[in-house]
This record gives sequence, C-alpha cells and structure tokens, in this order.
Amino acid sequence: MLKLTKQLYDDIVTNCIAGLPQEACGLIGGYPSLEKVVKCYPARNIAQSARLYEVHPLDYLKADRDAQENKMEIIGVYHSHTLSEAYPSETDLRQAPDPDWHYILVSLKDEIPVLRSYRIQQNIITEEPLIFD
Amino acid sequence: MSVDVRLPTVLRQHAAGQSIVTIQGSTVGEVLSKLVKEYPAMADQIFSSSSDRSLHRFINVYLNDDDVRYIDNLDTVVKENDVISILPAVAGGEHR
Repeated sequence: MLKLTKQLYDDIVTNCIAGLPQEACGLIGGYPSLEKVVKCYPARNIAQSARLYEVHPLDYLKADRDAQENKMEIIGVYHSHTLSEAYPSETDLRQAPDPDWHYILVSLKDEIPVLRSYRIQQNIITEEPLIFD
Repeated sequence: MSVDVRLPTVLRQHAAGQSIVTIQGSTVGEVLSKLVKEYPAMADQIFSSSSDRSLHRFINVYLNDDDVRYIDNLDTVVKENDVISILPAVAGGEHR
C-alpha cells in the first residue's frame, strides 16, 4: 500500500510529462511506517535518456536532508517510462537500491499517463495499491 | 577530525538504525574504513572489494556538497565538523 494525495499524484505525473522526451525521475519523502508520501522531490536525470534514468546524487542528498529536517525519510523513487508500460523493467529490478522503498512507475506511452507503485524485494516485483488520502 | 557520516536508509540496518554516525579520521577513505570496521556488514555495499579499498561503482560519496570523485576521491582531506554522505546510485529505466 502507498498513501498519497491526489495533488502529489498529479505533481509526479506533471513532472514526468515535463521531462519528455527523456525519462524523468524524482524521490518521494514521507513516513515509512505509515507508507505515506508527504512530499515529492523532482530530480535531474543525469543519464539524459529516453530509456534510462539516474537520479543526480546531489538532488538525492538535498532531498534526504530536507526529509530528515522535516522528520521524514526518503521512502522511494519515481520515474517515467516513455515508451512502455508502468511496470519495472529488468534494469529497474537489477538496480533497485533499497528493498524497503516504494517504486513508482509512470507510463507515458499512451495519451493518458498511467501511474503504478511496486515493492521490489529479493528480485520479486509486487504491485501495491494506491490509497488517496 | 570528527566527522558525521550520513547513512542511506538501506545501510541503517547495519548501524542499529542510526541515520548519522560520528567517526574520526583525516581523509574520506580513513573515515569510511573506520566506518566499515565498526559496522562490517556495510563493507560490501561501500567498497568494491575488501582488498582493494575503492568505492563500489553503485555508491556516491559526498563531502558536504561535493562529490569526492571530483576532489581527491578517498584521499580527500576532511575537516572538523564536515559531513560525509553515502548515497546509493538510484537508477533504472526501460532500457532492455
């Protein structure tokens, strides 16, 4: 389960659309025990690619600082797939940095963006429900 | 010198849940070596091998706001109250 507001959902999708034609990415901050997103942190994609992303480490550092100052944690990452479904690729699976994180995928391949969230633990991908609060 | 080392969430389990630990050292490499001596379970995630103390390729290390790869890497000198941040590379994408 991942809780977020409709505003945060829209912010993430908007950020992904703004990144076209490249993949966009960012981090999500919130409360891990509540599985709740409180803030999203758009980040630079240093891969500058339509098929790959890599969060700029300085953007990650700044997001992590902000989250800690606000008694939160970085609880996951989002990125767009410009040409494929909102499902983790083999690259996403291989490079998932933290089994406790939430992995949000936004597909922009069709006219209407699709956002889904997953857990990736021990190479197993599990979709989780999104709860709007 | 006494410096704070900020740990990413994935490494905190190896440091009793701490997000920041204070370590003595004069260079980034010395601080990180002492860190993994104190918390050995982190070693494989920070260094590429135990014999060759080079940083794992999926780890970024910042001294304050600067990537140490663009300073003197592990030989970068630290000052009192500096902050070293360990950041796993966050990457992926639809590439096949």
